[in-house]
Amino acid sequence: MSRQAAIGWTRVAVIVGFVAAIEVLCRLKVINPLTLIPPSEMASSLWELIVSGRITDDIAQTFSTVAIAFALSVVTGFILGAVIHALPRVRRAVDPLLASYYSIPFFVFYPLLIALFGLNTIPLIVIGFVFATAAMVISTLNGLDRVPRVMSKTTRVLRMSSARSVWFVTLPAAAPYLFTGLKLALAYSFIGVIAGEFILSGGGLGFSIAYAYNNFDNQTMYALMMFVLVIATVMNGALHVWEQHMMRRRTRS
Amino acid sequence: MTAQPTAAQPPAWLALSSRALDAAILLALFVAVWQGLYAYAGDSAITSPLSTLAYASDLVRTSSFWGHAQATLVAFVYSLVISIALGVVLGLVLGLQRFAGDVAEPIFVALYTIPKVTLYPLILLIFGLGVSAKVAFGVIHGVIPIILFTLNAVKNINPVLLRTSRAMRLTQWQTVTTVLAPAVMPELITGVRVGFSLTMLGVLIGEMFASQRGLGFLIVNGISLHNVRMTTAVILIVVVFAIAANGLLLWVDKRMRRGAAGAV
Repeated sequence: MSRQAAIGWTRVAVIVGFVAAIEVLCRLKVINPLTLIPPSEMASSLWELIVSGRITDDIAQTFSTVAIAFALSVVTGFILGAVIHALPRVRRAVDPLLASYYSIPFFVFYPLLIALFGLNTIPLIVIGFVFATAAMVISTLNGLDRVPRVMSKTTRVLRMSSARSVWFVTLPAAAPYLFTGLKLALAYSFIGVIAGEFILSGGGLGFSIAYAYNNFDNQTMYALMMFVLVIATVMNGALHVWEQHMMRRRTRS
Repeated sequence: MTAQPTAAQPPAWLALSSRALDAAILLALFVAVWQGLYAYAGDSAITSPLSTLAYASDLVRTSSFWGHAQATLVAFVYSLVISIALGVVLGLVLGLQRFAGDVAEPIFVALYTIPKVTLYPLILLIFGLGVSAKVAFGVIHGVIPIILFTLNAVKNINPVLLRTSRAMRLTQWQTVTTVLAPAVMPELITGVRVGFSLTMLGVLIGEMFASQRGLGFLIVNGISLHNVRMTTAVILIVVVFAIAANGLLLWVDKRMRRGAAGAV
């Protein structure tokens, strides 16, 4: 067995072992059932929730909000990054801002956003957008910084038009960093929207978890928590696999 | 960075003053946007920069504010200390044990990107309402980046350093204190900086969701009671504190890196 495979299987074993340990501890009542329910029960109650259609609206609301925040942050972040990269003076001014951006606990703004826009999906979109955009800006700057000088010189030697050189040279060269930006923007907009729903909102998965918690409805609460964690893990995992695939293709060519 | 060759370096004081000018312009822009929002939304949603500043300076003179600030700070300091201790130890162990590190790293990366807010009810059920739940929530936010930065610092350490320490027959303890610790220090400071911010985020979210004390509670409570002045002023105080602390850590970070670059 190669080292890589051994690592992969050990990882799977660790995760499965962890879940199994919780299952056993819950079944043996070592863990109070009022604190945590067995993972198998979470899964079965989640399946019931999905089949009954009770959470369809919440799922739709959360994912549409995340999708809007994600799309807005990627487009805005990319454009801002490209503009800032082109203007060194502006860049020098905003660099300290970008470096301390994520030290600001943005969720403290969320109640203010509700006061500004009302209790609807707009504050959620804004908080997801604000949280995700800077990651995309930073990744875009990183990517454009690392386009090898020789490549942009070659485009000039070949007398490529600027549109063609951006499309055929700059973007592919910066792609891995832009992809990192996409990955972070997705994770951050998801975290932003769920956290906002959780703190104060009228619908969505985060709201339903908070609602179930307040009503001592552990079955629903843990089922939904499991759903959110599984979705987030699958999403990140899929992007990771896609990224690896892309990297392999780059190194081959 | 740019295609043009950089001109001769301007004198230091000129560079410094133009940097200060940039910062001033940014700050002015920020205040203008804030004022614009105020003009758009009015007193019921947000207070103007000037009146917020006035209210905030009154607020920090009241003892009830310091009661809440203390509640937040105590929870924050506990979670930061636990995050750093736990994160550095786990990071060192996983960095030195290659196999365990390779197994664990992607798990921690995945944990880093999941919305941990959803775990808050679980934390509340385990620890009950109160300071320990806030601390636990701060720790699950802050510990992961510290583990990841420490792990990578140890993993990417220059092998020559370790071989030299073996050649000089240093004991395990001497190796850790005189070779390993100084070598990973710059990365560690970066990890602590990120962990600092996320721990604070965790503690504040915890207070916003279920708490009767602390700055996060004041912010949410201000909205529930239509006391927008309170909310805006507390947000201002929290953000200024966060940026100032981060600026200090960034400064330490830069000095460390310069020191490390000089030593190698």
